[in-house]
Amino acid sequence: MSNLKKLTQKRLFLPVFCMILVLCINMIYDLSIGHHFYNFFEITMTNGMLNGRLINILNRGSEVAILAIGMTLVVSASAGTDISVGSVMSLCASFCCMLVAGFGVSSVSSAEEFAMPLAVGLIGALLMGCLCGAFNGGLVAYLNIQPMVATLILWSAARAIGLLLCNNLIVYIRVPEFGVFGGYLGPIPTPIVIAAVCVAIVSVVLKKTALGMYIQSVGINKKASRIAGLNSQRIIFLCYLICGLCAGIAGIVASSRITSADSNNIGLDLELDAILAVALGGNSLGGGKFNLAGSIIGAYTIQAITTTMYNMGVPSAVTPVFKAVVVIVIVAVQAPPVKAWFKKRSAAKALAKKEVASA
Amino acid sequence: MKQPANTLKTRKQMNSNTMLLVITIILFVVLYAGGCVAYASKGFTTVQTFLNLFRTNAGLICVACGMTCVMLTGGIDISVGSIVALDCMLLAQGMGEWNMSAPVMMLLVLVIGLAFGLFMGFCVGYLEIQPFIVTMAGMFFARGMTAVISTNQLSITAETSQFFYDLANFRIYLPFGGTVNKAGKLVMPYIGVGVVVALVVLVAIFLVLRYTKFGRSLYAVGGSEQSAAMMGLDVKKTKLKAYVLSSFLCSIGGICYCMNTMSASVSQATGMEMDAISSAVIGGTLLTGGVGNVIGSLFGVLINGTISTIVKTNGKLASSWPNILTAILLCFFIVLQSVFARVRAKNK
Amino acid sequence: MEENIVLTARGISMTFPGVKALDNVDFTLRKGEIHALMGENGAGKSTLIKCLTGINDFESGEIHVAGIDGPVKNRNTQDAQKVGISTVYQEVNLCPNLSVAENLYIGREPMTPWRTIDRRTMNKKADELVKRLDIKVDVTQNLENYSLAIQQMIAIARAVDMDCKALILDEPTSSLDDSEVEKLFKMMLQLKEHGVGIVFVTHFLEQVYAVCDRITVLRNGTLVGEYPVAELPRVKLVAAMMGKDFDDLASIKPEGFTFDAEAPLEIEAKGLSHKGTIKPFDLDIHKGEVIGLTGLLGSGRSELARAIYGADKAQTGTLKVAGKAAKVNQPIDAMQLGMGLLPDDRKAEGIIGDLSVRENIILALQAKRGMFNQLSRAKQEEIADRYIDLLQIKTASRETPIKQLSGGNQQKAILARWLATDPNFLILDEPTRGIDIGTKTEIQKLIIQLAGEGKSIMFISSEIEEMLRTCNRMAVLRDGAKVGELDGELTQERVMAAIAGGASDE
Repeated sequence: MSNLKKLTQKRLFLPVFCMILVLCINMIYDLSIGHHFYNFFEITMTNGMLNGRLINILNRGSEVAILAIGMTLVVSASAGTDISVGSVMSLCASFCCMLVAGFGVSSVSSAEEFAMPLAVGLIGALLMGCLCGAFNGGLVAYLNIQPMVATLILWSAARAIGLLLCNNLIVYIRVPEFGVFGGYLGPIPTPIVIAAVCVAIVSVVLKKTALGMYIQSVGINKKASRIAGLNSQRIIFLCYLICGLCAGIAGIVASSRITSADSNNIGLDLELDAILAVALGGNSLGGGKFNLAGSIIGAYTIQAITTTMYNMGVPSAVTPVFKAVVVIVIVAVQAPPVKAWFKKRSAAKALAKKEVASA
Repeated sequence: MKQPANTLKTRKQMNSNTMLLVITIILFVVLYAGGCVAYASKGFTTVQTFLNLFRTNAGLICVACGMTCVMLTGGIDISVGSIVALDCMLLAQGMGEWNMSAPVMMLLVLVIGLAFGLFMGFCVGYLEIQPFIVTMAGMFFARGMTAVISTNQLSITAETSQFFYDLANFRIYLPFGGTVNKAGKLVMPYIGVGVVVALVVLVAIFLVLRYTKFGRSLYAVGGSEQSAAMMGLDVKKTKLKAYVLSSFLCSIGGICYCMNTMSASVSQATGMEMDAISSAVIGGTLLTGGVGNVIGSLFGVLINGTISTIVKTNGKLASSWPNILTAILLCFFIVLQSVFARVRAKNK
Repeated sequence: MEENIVLTARGISMTFPGVKALDNVDFTLRKGEIHALMGENGAGKSTLIKCLTGINDFESGEIHVAGIDGPVKNRNTQDAQKVGISTVYQEVNLCPNLSVAENLYIGREPMTPWRTIDRRTMNKKADELVKRLDIKVDVTQNLENYSLAIQQMIAIARAVDMDCKALILDEPTSSLDDSEVEKLFKMMLQLKEHGVGIVFVTHFLEQVYAVCDRITVLRNGTLVGEYPVAELPRVKLVAAMMGKDFDDLASIKPEGFTFDAEAPLEIEAKGLSHKGTIKPFDLDIHKGEVIGLTGLLGSGRSELARAIYGADKAQTGTLKVAGKAAKVNQPIDAMQLGMGLLPDDRKAEGIIGDLSVRENIILALQAKRGMFNQLSRAKQEEIADRYIDLLQIKTASRETPIKQLSGGNQQKAILARWLATDPNFLILDEPTRGIDIGTKTEIQKLIIQLAGEGKSIMFISSEIEEMLRTCNRMAVLRDGAKVGELDGELTQERVMAAIAGGASDE
């Protein structure tokens, strides 16, 4: 009993538990349709590239994982979420393709037709991500606007601006150099590598600098942090900036995957996935202490859910239904009144047990 | 001695609160007049064009009224667009595929709206979860359910439901303001059933906010939750009711919206939450709660409507402009609110 | 029950996890009396009030209210209100965005036959009520347009109108200035004449003797006694509250600890000001001195300190630190110049609740070093352990979240945070508020020790007694301006006179 309790109180319990749950469901499903139970974990090598459902999840989950990094920091520092990430992804992708293809051009099929070098497009996309992050951060940190309302602006506008940049077209860049970010790097899918690099960089920064403590400190008590010499506003701003940058990177990956800038569909509903990843990672959406590893595991769990549903034949437009339910359940379980209720119940149970024992 | 000082201060305060509303009305008048000047040749100056603002935005007016009530408590509801889409889909699919009668489907839509509101209100009020998270889940849930019903693009015709078709096309003519059309016939301006519903909703909510206990407790909760509780108001229940009201009005709005578009698809009414929120904010509802009323929100809707009418009348501007302009306006008013709040805090 | 008793509590006991908050406490409130409820922090005053008003569930004991047979069981404040017990808290619990009339009547508005609010009747009734209580307001205006004192009176008016027999005022005067307190007292006396029993909780001794008829003293959750005011002079009251005679707190100042005008200057402020909080002031602070800031609450004590520290950026004036001109825009600038500020509101501006004691202690030092120059974990632990040891911070471990510590230990940890930065000039704003008497003395001793090491200390406290024991010079503030300085022999009379505005300009 007490061992179980200890286990459930571990920081990574929630994300790992959910991950295992999803994997179990997959195995049961595989068995029920007559496949081997290990079907899910099978990794094969075709044409020198790794393949398999697990790889697929890791690959497809990269965008969410990258977004989850920024979202974790934003949630921790400002007790609010950045709901614009999906739209910003789309805007960055559009901006990148627009720069590379030139305004009003709908399709590029070789490097000679580039209006600008690919590098300019990529850097432009990242800068655009930073710009969006700075906009959100400015509103939240310096004008004290509730995070979700502030990010609501770009949530609505960024996609529309992206459409405008692409002249209402889907811009195709059918060039291998561009496709590599969503393709394969040797045998490994590039998005996995990009996500891993992002996670590694941020982890190192958090480990080697005091940023992690600063963010948590500001998230827990902004005023006290200021008196203790932290520049709360700058730290919150920085978190949004990083979040924007992450959205930019995710936008490039998503765009490269389909070698085009499809404003209407890139990053669609991904803000939900990113927030869900943070919540699944055992982080409180009320800000404060955070756990990056949890968020990353959470992100891949979300992707596992998405992939599982896809495999079961659920249309992609329907999957948000399940995710919405998961979000509510997780957040509800963490809600103070529910926690208090559970505590009261377990206390009552313990009391009842004691009485039985004494009688 | 102290009396005059107090009244002086009071007058200043009143100004800062009503200032936003005044700015909004001026903005609307300027925008509309600008439209009239620029597009007089395209019929912008007719009474019908003005009435069309109401006709096309009847649904949005209902939704914005609900949004205002929720925002008064300091909350927000971003599920509205998806619920409207779900409503349209239910109506189209129900009357078409399932052969249900229109009144039954309309009743069902209202009941579903209530159910959404009850659940989200419970989560916000009793489980104390952030409104944004709850209604975002509601948003995705409703959108997903729309896809569950059908992923097709459906349209509602006379064959789908004669009753609904007639209702949607029922015209109430005004006795004045007619224009002569190309054939030389005098055409009187008209409004539809949706407009009447929207205006009834508007007046009803205005009265509810001003003259009922529930309405005042919305303001009280938005002003200070703790105080409201201390004064014996049931904060949790008030919040629950606010979300129920919002979702219910949203369903009424959904029906009005459907009468206007006569179609349904999964991606319908995306961004409507944004329009509703920006309408309320532009109309002077504070994001922090406690201040605002539906008359302001009406003007907010009209401003949004004027922008899209201008973009449409222009014909050359990209369709994403209204979205961008609405966002810019929202941004402007949010910043304005923040600045006012700061000035107020400094004066104290 | 006696004829003139409105409220009695008998044998109230209540336990919080690990602490006996109330142990068999009795309390009696008579008709038309103002009854002070006194005690040090942690004595159980607020717990008792919460038991009376139904916020806390007490374990044993009974509450009786005049006119009601049998013991009363309140489950929430509404129940308490129904039996006639109303409470007005320090933070006004009204809605600033509603009109005065609405605030008076919300939840019980007069209704028209159509079940809507009858605003006209409501405004009329509200107007009559405020006139009767002699509050000069326009009831149709929003509450936020009036001062805090008026808001407090409106809150009392609401309670009174709800037919209360027992009115509990929980530290109503702590954010009011003198003239406002005067108004409030007038109102209390008026209510007293109408037969309302008033429980008055306050920290200000003078106020107790100004209006109260009877005093009940609690200490560590137990009842010390109930006394008529005339039979309990100040010294005895303090002794009753603290549980030891005042003389036990003998002087802790070492010999020769007096103001030395020859010592080099640490801080020279000239014409510093912050709009709306503190008017331009000049202040010189020498090395190794403890300068006290004295004045009434709201006189600008904290604000002066905050202007020097940059917590509220000074808008005019110049600042020299150790002889060099300095620009302080925000706290970090001040910290780089060797300053530190322990803020008065520990919960809001001091502790970072969810972070560990270790992180709380090293936070300021880390901030001073900058983000990219992280203290190694070993170094962090060493610093934390050193101060936990030095200040005897009682914590399960250095990794315990600071919010789990008691108030006094939290305060010590924040003090450790500043000591770790090795400041030359340390501002301590109410460092001993809400702390048990033992820790108080420890902190006072520490202040003198630090001064002995050549550091300059600015000490702010509401307790003159405490200031006299630690400071060797005082600056006096009144109405947001510095009005004078006191050095030489500091006595209570001199300080009082200076605060009140007699012989302040020396």
